[in-house]
Amino acid sequence: MSSPHVNEGFLSAGQQVFQPSAGEDPFLVVDELTVRFPTHDGLVQAVTDLSYSVERGKTLGIVGESGSGKSVSSMAVLGLHDPRSTRLSGSIRVGGREIVGADEDDLRRLRGKDVAMIFQDPLSALHPFYSIGDQIAEAYLLHNKVSKREAKARAVEMLDRVGIPQARNRVDDFPHQFSGGMRQRAMIAMALVNDPKLLIADEPTTALDVTVQAQILDLLQDLQREFNSAIIIITHDLGVIAEMADDVLVMYAGRAVETGPTKLLLTNPEMPYTWGLLSSVPDVTASTDARLIPIPGNPPSLLNPPSGCPFNPRCAHKDKVPGDLCTTTLPDLLPAQVGEDHRRRCHLPDPEVIYGTEVLPEIAPNLVEQHEQTREEETR
Amino acid sequence: MAGYIVRRLLSAALVVVLTSMFVFALFFLGPANAARPLCDLNGRCNPEKLALLTEQLGLNDSVVNQYGIWAKGLVSDREIVFGPTFHCDAPCLGISYSTRGEVTTELFDRFPATISVAIGGGALYLVIGVVLGVVAAARRGTVVDRGLVAASLVIYSIPFYVVALVAWIFFSLEWGIFPDTTYHPISEGVGPWFWGLLLPWLVLGFTNSTTYARYTRGQMVETLGEDYIRTATAKGVRRSKVLFKHALRAAIVPVITLFGLDFAYLLTGTIFLEQIFQIDGIGRWAIEALRDPIDFPVVSATVLVGAIVIVVANLLVDIFYSFIDPRVRLA
Repeated sequence: MSSPHVNEGFLSAGQQVFQPSAGEDPFLVVDELTVRFPTHDGLVQAVTDLSYSVERGKTLGIVGESGSGKSVSSMAVLGLHDPRSTRLSGSIRVGGREIVGADEDDLRRLRGKDVAMIFQDPLSALHPFYSIGDQIAEAYLLHNKVSKREAKARAVEMLDRVGIPQARNRVDDFPHQFSGGMRQRAMIAMALVNDPKLLIADEPTTALDVTVQAQILDLLQDLQREFNSAIIIITHDLGVIAEMADDVLVMYAGRAVETGPTKLLLTNPEMPYTWGLLSSVPDVTASTDARLIPIPGNPPSLLNPPSGCPFNPRCAHKDKVPGDLCTTTLPDLLPAQVGEDHRRRCHLPDPEVIYGTEVLPEIAPNLVEQHEQTREEETR
Repeated sequence: MAGYIVRRLLSAALVVVLTSMFVFALFFLGPANAARPLCDLNGRCNPEKLALLTEQLGLNDSVVNQYGIWAKGLVSDREIVFGPTFHCDAPCLGISYSTRGEVTTELFDRFPATISVAIGGGALYLVIGVVLGVVAAARRGTVVDRGLVAASLVIYSIPFYVVALVAWIFFSLEWGIFPDTTYHPISEGVGPWFWGLLLPWLVLGFTNSTTYARYTRGQMVETLGEDYIRTATAKGVRRSKVLFKHALRAAIVPVITLFGLDFAYLLTGTIFLEQIFQIDGIGRWAIEALRDPIDFPVVSATVLVGAIVIVVANLLVDIFYSFIDPRVRLA
């Protein structure tokens, strides 16, 4: 589940990857994006009113369970949903250009050039019948007026860059001849071949063992520094978030439920679902007796989402909310108690106190004091 | 790769040899005396005549001996005696009971017609079927897709010989669009060869392409759901190239398997087609040989040809696999 980077306890970590560049418009602006899939059983409400933005050089982490809408929303950025089976509304602007409703030719010029995507399972995401080199060269040829030979040379160069040993000899290998980590590197090489301004990494390390995970994350950070790309990293691994992201977006049932700068959000979460995510991550420094506290219940149905707050059926704290607000009214994504740019969707009147006194002592008692400190600093 | 092909060739040869033994056994060990139809050919057959022919044909020898003589004829000339003595050049498949000609010569005379029908028809229905299948899969669920699927079901449910007969009656006899639907060897010129075979090709293409359209569509629908298709789209590959390069490359493999076997059957002669369009190919030959009195040497030759053709087709399909799918290489 968790990467080795978390061993300090990511609750205290959350490093800055890139210096903020002030005054620049965000490269990607997603505004009230809603994605619906009509099916025989009804309308699947995959993503609802989702808004976020990412600047160049910055990394946004999107966390959530399977089916929370994290992949669906990112695929919409590339216009990858079949318009015949998808209802899309809202706005997605990439470098100022509108993606929602854009025609196929415009999307095609954007895909793989300005915006590239790294997919989760590189074995199934790479074509089994074409060599690694051909697949990377194809991505380059599509957006550059070069010969096949130059494209192949570029593929070798990219494989070398992502750390494939003897890239020249391996370029004609097929995906099945690569190990899992090498396949993911090849996938990254393919995504980066056109120096994209925005890179979307959909669970890039999920299929890999932890040592390889660390290498891949380091690689992404190095490449980001070099190209000043914006990165969206989709994961359910908070360790990856702590390592990589400047900002975090927590999704639940197709909605943003908490957003904010990584360090702040991981140390002062104010939404019970985020608490649940933090509680269910193992901490290698903790004693072996320490309990993992899973979130009870299952993710909600997207065909018939629960009324009120989508998390209410699984929420352990809803009795602290006066009346039946949780089951009747969807909370807005409002500024949180602690920190700037920190927003959460929760009716709890004082979530930061509940977290500090009830949740944190359970999951990481050693951090309670630190939590108090940052809370005071940030609320000042 | 070379080792793989050699191994496959050896096993293919083994299959052909076993088939030839089986065919031989079927006819010469069967309950009927193989000399009987020959004896019946010239009017009355009396016991003395039958006994003589049985002796002349060597049917009193052990089967192993008989097979040995037959097999030896494949590599060296043979003398065959029934009534008069016939000289049979190697590779000798025997002397036809009815025409008294060498079976091998007749086989080589007729095979080009069957190959011509098979290649033209096969290529036509493969291309039409695959393209229609890709289009249907790409427009899955639309009117185009449903129309194609429905039409293919209708066409598939009409017996092949009805289509062939109706086509011949209307296009050839009634409207005269294809006045000449007989086979002309290509040595008489490409024009007559082509125009003579066009209607049979179209009939084959029309009827068989529906199977391929449906099959390709199914494979394509499955392949289009694969992650690597999404990857291709995300790279910026245009839709037509995603369909015909990335998706079809993977979807075509099982289609080619089907085609390999189908094509082999085509090469053993489309009996109805050859009969209706008066093409003197293998199929018609086999039918004539099966009429009473049965022409054993011809029948066994057609069965042997069928076996060889199917084995070779399978071999080619497997070699094709190893070229298209790198994971099969050196398997």
